[in-house]
Amino acid sequence: MATFLELDSLSKSYKKPALREVSFGVARGDFVAVVGPSGAGKSTLLRLVGGLDVPDSGRVLIEGADITGQMPAAIRRRVGMVFQTPVLFDASVYDNISYGLRFRRTAQAEISARVSEALRALYLCDLRDRNALTLSGGEAQRVALARILVYRPDLLLLDEPTANLDPYNVSIIEEVLREANRAGTTIIIVTHNIFQAKRLTRRVAFLLSGELVEIADTRTFFEQPGDKRTSQFIRGEMIY
Amino acid sequence: MDGFQILVDGLLTALRLLASCDPEVLNITALSLRVSLTATLIGALLGIPLGFFVATRTFLGKSVLTTLINTFMGLPPVAVGLVVYILLSAYGPLGFLRLLYTPEAMIIAQTVLTFPIVCGITISSVSSLNPLLMDTLVSMSASPAWQARILLNESRLGLITAVIAAFGGAISEVGAIMIVGGNLLGYTRALTTAIMLYTNTGEFAIAIALGIILLIIAFVVNLVLTRLQVHSKKKREGR
Repeated sequence: MATFLELDSLSKSYKKPALREVSFGVARGDFVAVVGPSGAGKSTLLRLVGGLDVPDSGRVLIEGADITGQMPAAIRRRVGMVFQTPVLFDASVYDNISYGLRFRRTAQAEISARVSEALRALYLCDLRDRNALTLSGGEAQRVALARILVYRPDLLLLDEPTANLDPYNVSIIEEVLREANRAGTTIIIVTHNIFQAKRLTRRVAFLLSGELVEIADTRTFFEQPGDKRTSQFIRGEMIY
Repeated sequence: MDGFQILVDGLLTALRLLASCDPEVLNITALSLRVSLTATLIGALLGIPLGFFVATRTFLGKSVLTTLINTFMGLPPVAVGLVVYILLSAYGPLGFLRLLYTPEAMIIAQTVLTFPIVCGITISSVSSLNPLLMDTLVSMSASPAWQARILLNESRLGLITAVIAAFGGAISEVGAIMIVGGNLLGYTRALTTAIMLYTNTGEFAIAIALGIILLIIAFVVNLVLTRLQVHSKKKREGR
């Protein structure tokens, strides 16, 4: 598969180094998990790819175009992000989900059809007219995912989307992610949950202290890890 | 006459003046409302965009500007009146406008007071929004206009508070409008300047009556704005 997204020697420091010379490519339609302990640089990586932060050095390329530091609007419209803590707008669930399409000046009939589809897919029909700020954590995360999927991004970036959610909400979200990936969406998911990475993704990247330890297809990563530190992390033996 | 009697007389006079729609009282009340509402409106039209800009952008001198705006929130009306008087006086840089001792001069003086109040509270309420809100909007490709629209909606409770505070400051101040308006009967006499005049001349009953009207106006305007605020809050809580 052709490289869709390429990270080239990405480094970023805040008060201390968060990411050091990280490079890897992601093919179109791939589903990659980024795992690692807290403070490994996973969220930083996602923010750099999503254009929310600028790396100190290195480049981010999408379809060969360098988007480092300034993501062109045409590319930005094809990227969606879901954060660990969903920040919903003070409006109904329906309006929250429709905003992304309204930002893109989508026709009203199309908005209505796509929002209805997203409401059904994420089991939100009963909550359609509720103010989004009154939802539970799981419901809110489903709305946050729906409002991104509704504009059908080519690249979906997820930062711990199911952390602290109950199994019911986790299974709904995972099924929707599988479906989006089957439909062609390239997905990068940051997760603490290695079991989620194992059951959901095609490849796994392991970050430790800002460095990419290894990236491999999911089966190889879990069954024949190429680095001793990966084995320790998978077995829960890593002290951090 | 004891203090209690003065108060009772004041209340009775207030009721009589209100019931009879006394033209002088109506004029004074209308001028107060016109000046303070206009100054609040202009203060909001200038203060909300600037406050929004300061809160959402990073630039050199941001903290100095924020501190200045916060300091100006507590400007003494008399000092503002003095500065505006000098600017508008015949020999001042804006003397050619010939605005001194006009309602427009009073509006200018009160705008100087309302603007930093609205701006300061806007900065505070927009800055206190969840920082991920902006990241979310950027990641969803919201245009700057959409970003502004949504952030303003999210901070609307604070913005209503800003308008309430600005109007409260304007309708109740006397120092600035006294200096630049001159308290001219039938032209620049407002409720607060009239109360001061009648108190100085010992006409306590009418002074109290005007004070009650001032309170009623402040109460009604704040009631309307507070109801707006409560409505927004209930909507947010899904009630």
